[in-house]
Amino acid sequence: MIHLKKKPRVAFFDFACCEGCQLSVLEMEEKLLDLLSHVEVVEWREVMSGKSDEYEIAFCEGSITRKRDVERIESIRDRAETLVSLGTCASISCHNALKNRWPMKEVLELVYGDSGGHIDTIPARPVSDVVAVDYQIRGCPVSLPEFETVFTHILTGQSYDPPNQPVCVECKLNDTLCVYEKGMVCLGPVTRCGCNAICTAYGDACQGCRGLIDEANTEASARVLFREDLHPIMAEVARKNPLTREEILAKFSIYNDTSEPDEEGESSDDNA
Amino acid sequence: MTTHNSIAVHHVTRIEGHGSITAEIKDGALEQVRFSVVEAPRFFEAFLRGHHHHEVTHMASRICGICAVSHKCAALKATEAALEVDISDQTRLLRRLAYHGEVLSSHILHIYFLAGPDFFDLPSVFLLVERDREMVRRAMRLKNLGYDLSKVVAGRHTHPIAMVAGGFTFVHQAENLEAMKDRIAEGLNDLQDTIRTLQGIDLPDLERETEYVSLTHPDRYAFYEGEILSSDRDEPVSPDRYREVIEEYVVDYSTAKYARWNRPEYMTGALARFNNNYEQLTDGAKTAAEDLGLTNPCHKPFANTIAQVVECVHCLEDARDLIDTLLNGGIRPDREHENVKDRAGSGVGAVEAPRGILFHEYEYDEEGKCLSANMVIPTAQNLANLEADMRAYVPAIAGESKETITHRLEMLVRAYDPCISCSTHVIDLRF
Repeated sequence: MIHLKKKPRVAFFDFACCEGCQLSVLEMEEKLLDLLSHVEVVEWREVMSGKSDEYEIAFCEGSITRKRDVERIESIRDRAETLVSLGTCASISCHNALKNRWPMKEVLELVYGDSGGHIDTIPARPVSDVVAVDYQIRGCPVSLPEFETVFTHILTGQSYDPPNQPVCVECKLNDTLCVYEKGMVCLGPVTRCGCNAICTAYGDACQGCRGLIDEANTEASARVLFREDLHPIMAEVARKNPLTREEILAKFSIYNDTSEPDEEGESSDDNA
Repeated sequence: MTTHNSIAVHHVTRIEGHGSITAEIKDGALEQVRFSVVEAPRFFEAFLRGHHHHEVTHMASRICGICAVSHKCAALKATEAALEVDISDQTRLLRRLAYHGEVLSSHILHIYFLAGPDFFDLPSVFLLVERDREMVRRAMRLKNLGYDLSKVVAGRHTHPIAMVAGGFTFVHQAENLEAMKDRIAEGLNDLQDTIRTLQGIDLPDLERETEYVSLTHPDRYAFYEGEILSSDRDEPVSPDRYREVIEEYVVDYSTAKYARWNRPEYMTGALARFNNNYEQLTDGAKTAAEDLGLTNPCHKPFANTIAQVVECVHCLEDARDLIDTLLNGGIRPDREHENVKDRAGSGVGAVEAPRGILFHEYEYDEEGKCLSANMVIPTAQNLANLEADMRAYVPAIAGESKETITHRLEMLVRAYDPCISCSTHVIDLRF
């Protein structure tokens, strides 16, 4: 519990990511200045000079992909009362985990050739896989209303659970035409909402950036296009998208890959 | 008495991504100086393999949160070249509009939030809130205008949604484009205030002529499209030949990849574009340059930030013209992206990201799945030139205190506006 008598100190940190979530936060303009007036920002490398080892709240963007990142996130965990995973990279690894499909020495050689021998890289993991996380804000990038909600929940000592309904719920509320009715394959039925279904509103399909809802049946979701007695709408989707079951599962992987190379860097796929 | 200054700045603040400076100065003479990239590599070039081009272009913008539209456009252009897809004039105009939005928001972020605090002698723009809240509001207004120009075209700046190979996944509404015109007028006023603010700024006086590399286009100041031009050459080169002209090389003291063309180093970014394509700036942008004392050509690396202000004016004036052209032509609901067919092929996409020339190259198989990917980002290309500037600059400030030397070197790094998150492809692990 954080007492508001003294302004809590806030720090922003980043690991392997595009830094787009921190940048999105800057879009809040006046609202950001209001939020920040309740706290003291002591470290935010991207936009301010100064570093501090003393803070109550740590926002962490990015995935853990190096041995020294593990040490760094552990020391941040030790110092912070409240640790927030900011965005999909920190919460579920985002695209970073896709390299885990190959042994690390193979990806190193592919990108850096002979000169990559000294590069420290380990299979990518979300922050929550390495240390305990108190608040999770998903999304690639985060949605600003949710950032504001979580921020105020932290300041008032309330817990927050990320939305766990499918994107379809928000699509329906927005009156957006179903992506399947347009003949496209969409991951909305098994993906967590909270984004206000923004991608489908702009005519694209959901690519799954907030991760799967709990107990999502991805097998059934992938299989639905291969039934013999397809509904006419699904038959049209299947005709326009002659995908194999593996190709549909590959679509899931871009935000939800769970391949884990073993200690020697040999890849093994435990995606159930 | 022998004086020996060892300077080490780990994780330079107020830049995008992680970079460090080390310098050894003995008796006022520079022994060694380096700028090292210490960003965690993400291996996009490895993991894009096997993915369908639709997924590749979706993921490509995620290389960088600041230049998401640039990476998206480079990936789309490379993919469209590989798949032999022609895009409509309308799509090209809309992409250029989204692009102007990105250049504006990225430059404003740098001018006010990253470099700016050095001009106002503060550690961060947030501390300006007490002293000059209106200036902070102005900075945020301009940055969001940039985001909103990208948003009206692509649904969002970070990361763009509706831009896909062949065109757009939704139909643009004329009233939304029209509504941006008042905002642009307001933005141009805010830029005039920005110019007035910066007129009093005293930039460090470093002058070093170098090779300037940018895209160039016969009809317009090049951002979205063009051929590769060096200030050392008369004729531009096709982007398809980027591997022949932009030579990546390794130096003995670093594992970073550096880049050269006609000299051991070159500069890319706002100042290079200003020097190479000055004549094609809008009238307002040329006036802004005059008001800011920026002459063509300019060989002062610290003036890169000033060239960014000039480009902001250009982008807003040109955005206004682009919207007029789009509205006068009438927005057509084209569904061209639905006709994109998978095929085997390879292609190069070259654009001017806010920080300079950016290349993406992809090879696809007959099912449209990625066989190989390569990206060459502007910050990697600037590394050798940044170090050459540091070598030229240190003797002039070697007599100053260690704190001053450190601060000035940090300012020089920031002037380049390095964007290291992009560094899919550059690394130096020396500490």
